[in-house]
Amino acid sequence: MIKTQDLRKIFKIGKKQKETLVAVDGLNLEISEGEVFGFLGPNGAGKTTTVRMLTSLIRPSSGSAEIYGLKVGVDDTEIRRNVGILTESPGLYERLSAEQNLRIFAELYDIPDPEKAINKYLSMLDLWDRRMDAAGTYSKGMRQKLAVARAMLHEPKVLFLDEPTTGLDPEAAKTVRDFIDELKHQGRTIFMCTHNLDEAERHCDRVGIFKQRLLALDKPSALREQLFGRKVVFHLANTTPEMCAAVQALPDVKALEQIENKLLVSLDEPEKMNPVITRILVDKGADILFIGEIKQSLERVYLEMIRSEESSQTKKINQSVERNRA
Amino acid sequence: MKNIRTIIKKEWAEVFKRRVVVLIMLLVPLLFTLIPLVMLGVMSNTGVGGDVSPEMLAQSGSMPGDMETVCVGLSGNDCMQVMMVIQFLLMFMMMPLLLPITIAAYSIVGEKTTRSLEPLLATPITTLELLVGKCLAAVIPAVGATWASFALFNIGLILVKVSPGVRAYILGPTWLLGILVLGPILAIIAVNFALYVSSRVSDPRMAEQVSGVLIFPFMGVILAQLAGVITINIKFMLLSIVVCALIAVGMFYLGTIIFDRENILTKWK
Repeated sequence: MIKTQDLRKIFKIGKKQKETLVAVDGLNLEISEGEVFGFLGPNGAGKTTTVRMLTSLIRPSSGSAEIYGLKVGVDDTEIRRNVGILTESPGLYERLSAEQNLRIFAELYDIPDPEKAINKYLSMLDLWDRRMDAAGTYSKGMRQKLAVARAMLHEPKVLFLDEPTTGLDPEAAKTVRDFIDELKHQGRTIFMCTHNLDEAERHCDRVGIFKQRLLALDKPSALREQLFGRKVVFHLANTTPEMCAAVQALPDVKALEQIENKLLVSLDEPEKMNPVITRILVDKGADILFIGEIKQSLERVYLEMIRSEESSQTKKINQSVERNRA
Repeated sequence: MKNIRTIIKKEWAEVFKRRVVVLIMLLVPLLFTLIPLVMLGVMSNTGVGGDVSPEMLAQSGSMPGDMETVCVGLSGNDCMQVMMVIQFLLMFMMMPLLLPITIAAYSIVGEKTTRSLEPLLATPITTLELLVGKCLAAVIPAVGATWASFALFNIGLILVKVSPGVRAYILGPTWLLGILVLGPILAIIAVNFALYVSSRVSDPRMAEQVSGVLIFPFMGVILAQLAGVITINIKFMLLSIVVCALIAVGMFYLGTIIFDRENILTKWK
C-alpha cells in the first residue's frame, strides 16, 4: 500500500545553499492496507519531511515511493486526491466558520455530496453546535478536531497524522484517539508520526523508530523483545542460594538477577520454561507467591535506540575529526 | 477552473473580513475619484484660464509635448483642464498598483502565520491553479475598484458641469487604454511583486510597505511628465502596455517559481 525504496531527501542549506542537510537517508518501508503504522522519532528526525514526500508535497532527492501503486513524483495530483493529511499545526482559516473551512476543502477534493460529508464529520467530532462560529474562536482541541475532519472529508484511503494529539488537553486528546480507533476499525491505513509512545503502543500495529534512517521496525512487543529479551519475575516467600543456582543452571535461562525475594529471569520462551523453573523452585522448598512478566515500555525501547544512534553518530564524527587531524 | 473559483471565493471570504483591507479598498478609490472631481469642478465653475487661448498657451511654451493637437477646438479653460487631467490619469493608474498589494499581502502572509498553506497544498489543486486563484483574488477587486471609480468619475464630471470637450478627452483612447488595459497589467505586476515580498516576510503590514516600493518607478513617470520629458498620449500608452505586459509575464513566471510547493514548505520564512 505504502512502499518506499531507498527514499532520500537532502536539503541545500546556508546562505549560498552550498551546505547540505540529510533529512531522510535511505528509507525502506512497506505498510500494508488497513495497517496503523507509528513513525517515532525525536524532533528534527525527518518525520515530517517523510510525510511531506509521501503526500507529494515535496520531491524526494532520490529513491522511490508508492502509495496504492501511485508513484510519488509522477502521479502527484492523484496521490493528493487519495490521501488525507493532518498537518503538525491545524492550519485553519481562522476568520471562517468550521462549515466554511470544510466547504473549501470539499470543493477542492471534488466531493460529490459535500453537505453530507461536512455534516457527518462535524457531528462525529462534536463540532455541530459551533459549526457557524469562526474557527479562530475555537479551543485548541476543537481546532485539532476540525483539522481531523478536514483530513477525512474526502474519505481518503490513507491518512497521515502528524502529531495528532500534541498540545491537546486530556479530553480533546481522548476524542482524537477514539476517532483514530474508529478509523482503525473501519480498516483505514494510517501513518502516524508521534512523540507519544503510549499512543503508538495503543493504536499501532507496527512502529518504526526513525532518526534520519530507520533504526528499528516491528510490532511494539517484538521490538521490546529484540532489545531487552523477555523477563519473568518469580515472587517468592523466601530465597536460598541453591534455588538461584538451580535456576541459573538451566540452559535456556539467559540471565538471573535476585532482588530481595524476587528472581528476575531472562528467557526466550517463558511459556516453555516457566513450568520447569516453577517445579525446580518448589523442589528446592520455595513458596511461590506469584509469577509475572516484566514488560519494558515502548518508551524505554525508543530511548535506547535513539541514544545508541546518537552515540554511534558522535563516534563517527570524532573518528572523522581525528582522521582529518591526522 | 473550478479550483480557481474556490480559491478566489476563499480569499475574498477571508481577506474582506479584515477591516483594514475593506477600508483601504473603499477609501483609496473614493479619495482618488473625489480629488480630481473637486479640482475640475472648481476650475469649470470659476472659469480659470478662460481668457487664455490654447494658441497663447502654446506660444508661452507652457504646453507640454503634443498638447497643441489635443487642445484643438478647446477653450483655454478646457485646455488647461485637459493638461491637469493627464495627472489624474496617472493617479487612477496608481489604484490597480496599490490596491492588490494590500489584498495579496494580507492573503499570503495571513496564510503563512496561520500555517494554512500546507493543508491547502495537500489537496489535488495544481500550483498554477493556486497561483492564478490568488492573483485573481487580488487583481479582480483592484481592477473592479479602478473601473468603478472611473465610471463614478465620469458621472461626477457631468454633475460638476465639466465641459463636453474635456469629458470627451477623458473618454478617449489614452484614458481607456490606461484604465482598461494597462490597469489590469499593472495589477498583475503588483500582485506578483507582493507575492515575492510576502514569501520573505511574516508581517502583512511590512509586506505591504515593502511592496509599496513599486510606486517609485511610477512616481518617476509622473515627474518626467511634469518636467515635460515624456508626454502621456496614445503612443506612450501603447508602449507602456507592451513593456508592462512583458514585465508581467516575467513576474508571473517568477511567481510560479516562488509558489512551488517545495519552496513554500521549506524556504518560506
